[in-house]
Amino acid sequence: MTPRLRAWALSAPALFLVALFLGLPVLSTLATTFGDPKGPFAQYAAFFDSRFRMTVLWRTMEVAVITTTISVIVGFMTAWVVAKSPARIKSLLIIAAVFPLLTGVVVRSFAWLIILGKNGILNDTLLWLGLISEPLSMLYTQFSVTIAMVYLFVPLMILTLVGVLEAIPQDLTEAAASLGATPAAAFRQVVLPMAVPGLIVGSVLVFTGSFTSYATPQLLGGERQMMMGTFLYQRAMVTFDWVGASTIAAVMVVVTLTTVLVMSKLARRLNPVAG
Amino acid sequence: MKTHPLLIAFAVLTFAFLIGPLIIIIGTSLSNTSYLTFPPEGLSLKWYENIFEISAFRRTMVTSFMLAVGGTALSMLIGIPAAYAMARYRYELPAFLGNIYVLPILIPEIVLGFSLMKSVAVGMDFPIMAALLVGHALLVLPYCVRVVGASLNAFDFSIEEAAVSLGCPRWKAFFTVVLPNVRAGIIAGFILAFITSLNDVSISIFLTGPGVSTLPIQLLAHMEQFFDPTIASVSVLLMFVTVGVMAIVERTLGLTFLTK
Repeated sequence: MTPRLRAWALSAPALFLVALFLGLPVLSTLATTFGDPKGPFAQYAAFFDSRFRMTVLWRTMEVAVITTTISVIVGFMTAWVVAKSPARIKSLLIIAAVFPLLTGVVVRSFAWLIILGKNGILNDTLLWLGLISEPLSMLYTQFSVTIAMVYLFVPLMILTLVGVLEAIPQDLTEAAASLGATPAAAFRQVVLPMAVPGLIVGSVLVFTGSFTSYATPQLLGGERQMMMGTFLYQRAMVTFDWVGASTIAAVMVVVTLTTVLVMSKLARRLNPVAG
Repeated sequence: MKTHPLLIAFAVLTFAFLIGPLIIIIGTSLSNTSYLTFPPEGLSLKWYENIFEISAFRRTMVTSFMLAVGGTALSMLIGIPAAYAMARYRYELPAFLGNIYVLPILIPEIVLGFSLMKSVAVGMDFPIMAALLVGHALLVLPYCVRVVGASLNAFDFSIEEAAVSLGCPRWKAFFTVVLPNVRAGIIAGFILAFITSLNDVSISIFLTGPGVSTLPIQLLAHMEQFFDPTIASVSVLLMFVTVGVMAIVERTLGLTFLTK
């Protein structure tokens, strides 16, 4: 057997699994959206004409963008402190970030049901402090979905950015300082440009993750705050409109793949090390 | 550069935000009331007993565990050879193969779940358990290929060549020389894949059916009907699994592996 043949033979089972159980099913989902008798794009025209579907799409975009923005800010500042901590504290902090990340999404969303409920801890505390006189309805709002999403994704951002910040050589900031740069200038002109590719990678992970999430909007948003993931499930399994569900799926695929491709190209262009 | 005290205070708040909700779950699971409350009014372990009295939880726990082990094992069985081929025969294979193996992460999971339901569970008429097994094997394939691949890339293949040139059959060289050297990567990959499968919602929600469900899906269903501390105690059990997983990753690759 030639090495090339051996290499392909070893790769064949994995390629077969992906082709048969991912390639074909996903392509068939995408293909069914073009089979409308009124024309290949009739399903999409209907999607973009429907006020309800557009509301769901924009709400999902909005939640994903807000979640990403907050996660970047919180994640960056926290990762900065983690990266600069002495080794022992650093490993404790990394454990504290990994633990929620490895705990399931159902468990982590459930925590916010307890916190934000009518008789939840937040309402109890606010009542006790006298800040409100009646419990607020915080569940099943865009607020409850967003806060749970931020909770879901901040650990991911912290871990991504700790790796990025640690890879920036200490010498560079010292060199900048010895050449007369103020700490603020050194941060803006040396650290930030080097962190940009990592910030983009982290943002893409958080944006696509929150854009396509299912369990969190289901538990904390419910019917009232339908998002693309819960909408897809509802169309497929409650109303059994598989073509409609496939159209939602296609829109999700296009949005996530475009985001990944555009942003990874941008990250490569903005990378000062590669450039 | 010194870290500003305000920045440190901010980081402390962030970690309180990350850990606090989990502590609240632990607190409510110990409550003796039949509703969710924190801090608990009185302590009891009865909600932990309740987990095992509800047969749906017992059953789905077993299903989820078997599925996570079986799906990961299947994925490793086909993922390790693929990772080996990519590392060992780098110039014989096109570079885009690496991207094919990560497609299960790139395609939105909920889209994958829906497509599997349509094509595999309904179209190919797979039984529920078989469809779940295939779905989970696919879901964790990127972890198997990437984590094992990272170990293989650090492996010096001239050791394997030495064994082969001394007359060792290729398959034997693979099992006795290559595999033991990438053991850490395999264990870490297995455990990360296991936890991913165990926690999965978006694929399982489409593939579970009458009589067969997984623990996260059962939790979702239970939450829609009851709002008692049983869910909190199941959540705490799952946190114990997380602790075990972290201990194994720390022993094998070190937790800093996850920041790379």
